[in-house]
Amino acid sequence: METVTLTMKNSPGLYLEADNISPDKFAGKNASQIAELHVYEGNTTSTLGKHFDIDGNAGATAADTKIVVKGDVTKVKYIGMKMSAGEIVVEGSADQYVGAWMTGGKILVKGNVAAFAATGMKGGELVIEGNAGNYLGTAYRGDWRGMSGGKILVKGNAGSDVGMYMLGGEIVINGNIDVHVMTHAEGGKVIVKGNAKSKLGGQMVDGTIIVFGTIDVMMPGFKPAGEAEIEIDGAKAKFAHFIGDTGERKKKRKGQIIYGNLYKKL
Amino acid sequence: MSEYIIKNGHVFDPVQGIKGDKKDIAIKDGKIVDKVGSSAKVVDAKDKTVMAGAVEIHAHIAGPKVNLGRIYRPEDKLFSYVPKGGNQRMAGGFSIPTTFKTGYEYAKMGYTTCMEAAMPPLFSRHVHEEIRDTPIIDEAAFPVFGNNWFVLEYLKNQEIENTAAYIAWLLRATKGYAVKVVNPGGTEAWGWGLNCLTVNDPVPYFDITPAEIIKGLIEANEYLGLPHSMHIHPNNLGNPGNYETTLDTLKIAEGIKAKNKFGREQVLHLTHTQFHSYGGTNWGDFESKAKEVTDYVNKNKNITIDTGNVTLDETTTMTADGPFEHHLTGLNHLKWANVDVELETAAGVVPYIYSPSISVCAIQWAVGIEIPLMMKDPMRCFITTDHPNAGPFTRYPRVIKWLMSAKARETQINAFKHKDKVLSQSAIGTLDREISLYEIAQMTRAGPAKSLGLSSMIGGLKPGMDADVVVYNFNPDKPVADPDQIEAAFQKASHVFKSGVEVVTDGEIVSNGNKRTLWVNAKTKENPQVMRDIQEKFLKYYSVSRANYEALGHHIVPNPYAIEVDAGQ
Repeated sequence: METVTLTMKNSPGLYLEADNISPDKFAGKNASQIAELHVYEGNTTSTLGKHFDIDGNAGATAADTKIVVKGDVTKVKYIGMKMSAGEIVVEGSADQYVGAWMTGGKILVKGNVAAFAATGMKGGELVIEGNAGNYLGTAYRGDWRGMSGGKILVKGNAGSDVGMYMLGGEIVINGNIDVHVMTHAEGGKVIVKGNAKSKLGGQMVDGTIIVFGTIDVMMPGFKPAGEAEIEIDGAKAKFAHFIGDTGERKKKRKGQIIYGNLYKKL
Repeated sequence: MSEYIIKNGHVFDPVQGIKGDKKDIAIKDGKIVDKVGSSAKVVDAKDKTVMAGAVEIHAHIAGPKVNLGRIYRPEDKLFSYVPKGGNQRMAGGFSIPTTFKTGYEYAKMGYTTCMEAAMPPLFSRHVHEEIRDTPIIDEAAFPVFGNNWFVLEYLKNQEIENTAAYIAWLLRATKGYAVKVVNPGGTEAWGWGLNCLTVNDPVPYFDITPAEIIKGLIEANEYLGLPHSMHIHPNNLGNPGNYETTLDTLKIAEGIKAKNKFGREQVLHLTHTQFHSYGGTNWGDFESKAKEVTDYVNKNKNITIDTGNVTLDETTTMTADGPFEHHLTGLNHLKWANVDVELETAAGVVPYIYSPSISVCAIQWAVGIEIPLMMKDPMRCFITTDHPNAGPFTRYPRVIKWLMSAKARETQINAFKHKDKVLSQSAIGTLDREISLYEIAQMTRAGPAKSLGLSSMIGGLKPGMDADVVVYNFNPDKPVADPDQIEAAFQKASHVFKSGVEVVTDGEIVSNGNKRTLWVNAKTKENPQVMRDIQEKFLKYYSVSRANYEALGHHIVPNPYAIEVDAGQ
C-alpha cells in the first residue's frame, strides 16, 4: 500500500470543500497530479496543492492507497466522500461530511468530526476517536434513505439526530448521545455505552437501539415488552425491552407486525 | 435579424408532407422564408435530420406545486448542480429542475414551445414569475377549471354562456391559455375527505356530477372558440380498472364538433393517457387496457391524446388531483405535501420511484409504449411524460428510442425482473411497429401545434411560420446500429433556432433567445351577472382582493404574445 501525506500549509479563510481527498480520486496519480485536483472555497475553485503539502504517490488502485491528513483540517469538509476502498487517517479533527456516501475502505479520525459524518454510508468502517457532531450516519437532507451498511465507532460522545432514516449497518457510541436517535429508522443498530437524553426511536419502524446508561425521557410511543439478555462484545447483560414507535405505520414480516426495538440495561 | 440557410438536411415536416427529402430551410427576420440572400449564414445539415421546433403539450414546469417539489426535495438536486458559465446561469435538479435548467434542457432537445399544464388561478403570478425565469422557450399556462366554484355553480344550472364569460375573464386575469380540468369535482370533494371516482359521483354541497362539469366545459370552450380544446385529466387516475372511467369521460364528447378559427379539430384532449388505461381489480391482476382506450380514440376523431410515458426513474409526482396524492403516499409511504387553493383547486406532491424490479411499474411502462404504437393517427397522439409525474421531460429522447426501435424495447423488456408478467398483462410483446421520423415529427411538432390551435405559427417549416428549426445529428439514410444513437441524437441537437435566433449549437446553449408568454385574450359580450358574481366572490370568500389577484404588468409577464378570440359577435 502506498501512502500519500497531506499537510495543511495554507488554512482556508472560508471552508474547503475537498471531496477529492479520497483514495478513489488519488489512485494512479503522483504527488504533483494530486496537487492539481480541485477544491472549492466559497464560490472560488482552487487546488489541493494550494492548501496542502503533498508527499508521496498514490497506489494504482483505491485499495492500494492510504491517505494521511496532517495539520488543522477543522475547516475541511467531505474528506473521504464516496470512497470505496483504501484508507484515510486524519491526525486531528475534521469538519462536516467525513466519509459521506462511503461504500468501503476505512477512515480513522483521531480528533472530532462535525455534523453529517457518514451521511448515506453504504459500507466500510469509520472510527472517530474523539466526539461526533450532529446527524451522524443519517440520510441527506430531504432523503429517506439513510445509512444502509458499514460500521461506525465513536470513542467519545455523539450529537443529536444520530441514525436518522437508518436502514442498516451499526453505530457504536462509547460515550453519551444527544437527543433524537434513529428517528424514522427502518433498520440498523445504534449502541450507546453511555447515557441518552430523550426522543429515542421517534417514528421508528424497524431497527434496534441499545442503551447501557440512563435515558432521561422515554418516547410515549414505546411500550414495555419484557426483558432480554443480549451479548455485546463478548459480555452478556440483561436489558429491559421496549417496542415502538406504536404511533407510526407498522411493517409486517411473515405475517408478524414488526416494531423498532429499544433495549435499556437493567 | 440574421439570415440563415440550413443546407442539404433530411427534412421531416408533416405540415408540408415532406418525408426526409433533402431540402434547404431559409430563415429571415424570425420567420421561415422561401429564400435568403447570399450573405446568409450557412448551416451544413448534410446527413442530418431537420425538423421544426418541438411542442410540449403537457408538463408541470412552473408554479407553486413545482416549487414545493423543489423546496421539499433537496435530495433531487444532490450532485446535479452545474455552476454558471458562458450563456448559462447556475442550474440543477433532476425531476424538478430549476427554471433555468428547464429552459436549457428543453432547448437542447429541440423544444421551443412548452405548455405548463396546471396553473392554480390564485397563484398565476407565481406561475408567470417562474415562466419569466425559464429562458429560451415560449410558454403558456393552462388555468384549472374543473373544481372552480364559479364553474360548479354555473354548470349546475347549465349556464354555458356565463361559464364562457367567466372563462374569458379568468384567462385575461391570469394570462392563461386553455381550459384545464383535473379530476373534475373530485378535488373539490377532497375538501370533504371524499373523491369522485366515476363521472357520476356527485360533488358534495354543489350537487353536480363530473359528467356535467366535463360536458359544460367542452361546450363553453367551443362557445368561445378557444385555440385549444378542453384539456382533461379525468377522474380515477392511476387505479386498476380505471379505463372504464376514461371511456365514460371520452363518450361525453360524442357528437360535439369543434368550432374555432385555428384549424383545431378536437373538442377534448385526454392527457397522460397511460395513467388512465388500466384494467384489473387490484395491483395483483393489474393489466393494460391500452387497446380498449386507443380503439375508442382511433374511432372518434374529435379527441386528441398525449401518452404520459413512464421512464423508469425516481421522480416527483405532482398534481391538482389532491385525493390521488394522498392515496399515493399511503401506497409508498414517502413524504406528502398537500395544499388547498381557496375556491379553485388543490395540489399534492409525493416522490415516486418507478422501479424496473416492480411488476406494476414495468406494466405502466408497457402501457405508455403501447398507446402510441396502437394509435393509427400520429397527428392525434403526442409524446409526453406528464413531466415530472411519469418521468422527467429530459427522458423524451429515451421514449423516442423505445418508439422507433423494437430492439430497444426488447432490451428493456428483457431487463425487467418480472418480464413474464409484463408480457402476460400487456400486449407490448406483440407490437413490432417502429415509429418513423416523420411520425415523430407528427407526434412532437405538427400534432401538438394543431391541437393547441397554433398550427399556423409553429410545428412546421412552411414559409411564413415562426423560424423554430432543429437539426439533429441523425442520418435517416443509415441503418441504426445501436438504438442508443437515437437517444443521443435527440438529447443534444446539433443546432436549434428559436424565432430565428440560434440558441443551441452542438448541444450547448449559445443564446437565451427572446422568450414569449403566449396567452389567449378572449372577448365576450358584456356579462353584468358574471362581473357581479366575481365582485361578490372576492368580497365574500377570497382572502385577496381582485387587484392583488390579476397577473398584470411587465414585471409579471415581460414579453406577452396574445392570441385574440372574439366570441362577442
